[in-house]
Amino acid sequence: MTASAATSEEIEHHTFDVVVIGAGGAGLRAAIEARLQGKRTAIITKSLFGKAHTVMAEGGCAAAMGNVNPNDNWKVHFADTMRGGKFLNNWRMAELHAKEAPDRVWELETYGALFDRTPDGKISQRNFGGHTYPRLAHVGDRTGLELIRTLQQKIVSLQQEDHAATGDYESYIKVFHETTITELFKTDGRISGCFGYFRPTGKFVRFDAPAIVLATGGVGKSYSVTSNSWEYTGDGHALALRAGATLINMEFLQFHPTGMVWPPSVKGILVTESVRGDGGVLRNSEGKRFMFDYIADVFKNLYATTEEEADRWYTDPDNNKRPPELLPRDEVARAINAEVKAGRGSPHGGVYLDVSTRLSPEQILKRLPSMYHQFKELADVDITKEPMEVGPTCHYVMGGIEVDPDTGMSVVPGLFAAGECSGGMHGSNRLGGNSLSDLLVFGRRCGLGAAQYVDGLDARPQVQEADVVTATERALLPFTTAAEGGENPFVVHQELQKTMHELVGIIRKADEMELALKKLEDIAVRARTVSVTGGRAFNPNWHLALDLRNMLLVSMCVAKAALERKESRGGHTRDDYPVMDPEWRKVLLVCSAEGEDNVRLERKEQVPMRPDLLDLFEMDELKKYFTGEELGGHRATAQEGAK
Amino acid sequence: MSYWARFRVWRGDSEKGELVDYPVEVNEGEVVLDVVHRLQQTEAPDLAVRWNCKAGKCGSCSMEINGRPRLACMTRMNTFAEDEVVTITPLRTFPVIRDLVTDVSFNYTKAREVPAFAPPPDLKPGEYRMQQVDVERSQEFRKCIECYLCQNTCHVVRDHEENKQHFAGPRYLMRIAELDMHPLDAADRKRAAQEEHGLGFCNITKCCTEVCPENIKITDNALIPLKERVVDRKYDPLIWLGNKIFKRGDVRAAKQ
Repeated sequence: MTASAATSEEIEHHTFDVVVIGAGGAGLRAAIEARLQGKRTAIITKSLFGKAHTVMAEGGCAAAMGNVNPNDNWKVHFADTMRGGKFLNNWRMAELHAKEAPDRVWELETYGALFDRTPDGKISQRNFGGHTYPRLAHVGDRTGLELIRTLQQKIVSLQQEDHAATGDYESYIKVFHETTITELFKTDGRISGCFGYFRPTGKFVRFDAPAIVLATGGVGKSYSVTSNSWEYTGDGHALALRAGATLINMEFLQFHPTGMVWPPSVKGILVTESVRGDGGVLRNSEGKRFMFDYIADVFKNLYATTEEEADRWYTDPDNNKRPPELLPRDEVARAINAEVKAGRGSPHGGVYLDVSTRLSPEQILKRLPSMYHQFKELADVDITKEPMEVGPTCHYVMGGIEVDPDTGMSVVPGLFAAGECSGGMHGSNRLGGNSLSDLLVFGRRCGLGAAQYVDGLDARPQVQEADVVTATERALLPFTTAAEGGENPFVVHQELQKTMHELVGIIRKADEMELALKKLEDIAVRARTVSVTGGRAFNPNWHLALDLRNMLLVSMCVAKAALERKESRGGHTRDDYPVMDPEWRKVLLVCSAEGEDNVRLERKEQVPMRPDLLDLFEMDELKKYFTGEELGGHRATAQEGAK
Repeated sequence: MSYWARFRVWRGDSEKGELVDYPVEVNEGEVVLDVVHRLQQTEAPDLAVRWNCKAGKCGSCSMEINGRPRLACMTRMNTFAEDEVVTITPLRTFPVIRDLVTDVSFNYTKAREVPAFAPPPDLKPGEYRMQQVDVERSQEFRKCIECYLCQNTCHVVRDHEENKQHFAGPRYLMRIAELDMHPLDAADRKRAAQEEHGLGFCNITKCCTEVCPENIKITDNALIPLKERVVDRKYDPLIWLGNKIFKRGDVRAAKQ
């Protein structure tokens, strides 16, 4: 197949009010909202509908409903979120998230969700790292599946209503399964549409729409040990960059402390934090509960310092401090990393996570059924009888598209982003459970923002035909270069993963990151000339060849931002700058695209936190994060700006 | 610990195809999906396969392995002898798109035909109260990862294309059971289960239960109880009398 033959092909053409790219929790919630606002909405998904990465979320959805501990409220949740993110979070997003999460969870029940219950029939809530009170609505350890299925079934329910009204299920919401978007179109600076291909046939498709919501998830496939699936190639991040939008906080990657480490083929697969929330403890090869040695200064006085107190907390949380196994994820991941490096690791290079000594087999099967299943079937380990071996795995990117907190719109008019592909909400580290709630809160806000934006337009920007031709040619490039004998994209992909894993991983050094950037430049050249075999119908090596350029651009952002930030904070740990520096808290690193394969980095001041929100913290705690200058004079007495 | 296995993979499209033999390296602890990925990285870069989570949670990598419907990500290589030929073919009940990928749109069509959860009209969000013991029955069915192995295996449609129109398949009959057992669902679903979604086709051979990777007792806990409810509804003399006297075609009170 040659490019010239293909550019003459008929390109399927659709027109919508709102196009949502990505069908995980954020995308589906955005689509529901856009439809409720009366907008004709397309949902585009790289996989089949209902298979999104959201199903991998296990532990739960954080929302301060106060069902289990009535002391909980949005202010405590907000404060926990800021603390977890080491105060780098966009405070307005954290505020909206904490305030609106309960409504978003309750709404799911009206869509048919069945969460686990408290004895008085309310939604049960479980403990999790960094959360002061039991806060995570859950269904055993398959909460993400419940969330995705519930939203999927709500979409079907809306389609049934539309069918009753119009005779057509798809008159307002149409799902495009197994469709990959490769380019966004802009006209006169505004979003006008997008372009992609249907995986099953390889044929091209074009969507004309004035508003696009990116909900494409994360970037984990740039790393060799990850809990992420093949879809997590940073598509939304890269599409946004190429359309002129900006990314922030890209240096912050969450390495989940507990991924499987054995057998090799499952290395990186997630072991839910619920194991620790429900009593699981971490031990090294000497049998020591090592987390007591890793309580950072900023968390002193918030966590138990002895095993006795930690043990009492499970039954009497009001009078005891929580065990350090439940520190935020970045802290636990670094501790495990340090234990293994010090030679106190398990045989396959992890540490031991044991829940068998704390819960009965019946309780484990009830509360952690998929973990039981996963270890039994993939590793021959019975977690009701023996410990698991676990180690850090690349899990989540805190960084993402810079958006307006209230509407979710990026700096490009008409381009919105929600969920993992957006940035700011989680600061330098995300708390477990805050992702599912993030998807719901900001998915809805993006759907609403997109609908309002469309209503405010005088005229719809028209897609430029020349842009369609360019997009077609770029998508076919791997076939064109095939004749010239480029490399197998799988080989180049592995090289990229190795580079990021080894040189911009959990612990970082300047010289290694400089080397990584050099290697990335080299990989950029190779990625441009990868060649593919076979035709266009469902051809994985063509798909990967196109995904590669997204992973590459995103990896550039991660490496450049990580090299620039000379401190350690949350999901960014520098061996050469091991301390957190309040001066750096004020700084956001903003990435924008420079050509197809390069990025530019700029510094931007963080917006100062509203005084009434600052007042939710003790001055002693703020002093650990903020500069004296920032705090000097502040201690708001008036409630100005309070909502 | 590694060895060379003999894989026989179905390659082709909707028009034609054949089994192709590949010798391929297998390492300790690997599953069938790892081997498929190795083939993509070496001899067959355009080998089409669906997969996502690689942990038995998304239900994407359904295929037939030595004739048995399985998830490739949960089928360990050490369940085969080293000299055994491992044959992998696409799901038989659905039309082939390419290689191991089939067109499963039948399932999405059926999903859309089952009326959605009907929220109780008198409860606002946040006011729902349900006991754990009451939600557990439906929760078991909500573990379903929609791998469609049950839909693929059920003999009502596996070799009977003509039944597809009138039969929702075990997955969606279970969805009806799930909603019928939901403590707060306000709709009556029994008549439709029988008359519109083909519950009567099911003769409880339990093939669906056998292949379910989530170990859901589809037949015993969903389909048989649903059949019993339908029968109760049909032959309960009190309900029959009530219908006659009050002319209530839609007996909401009959919901259990």
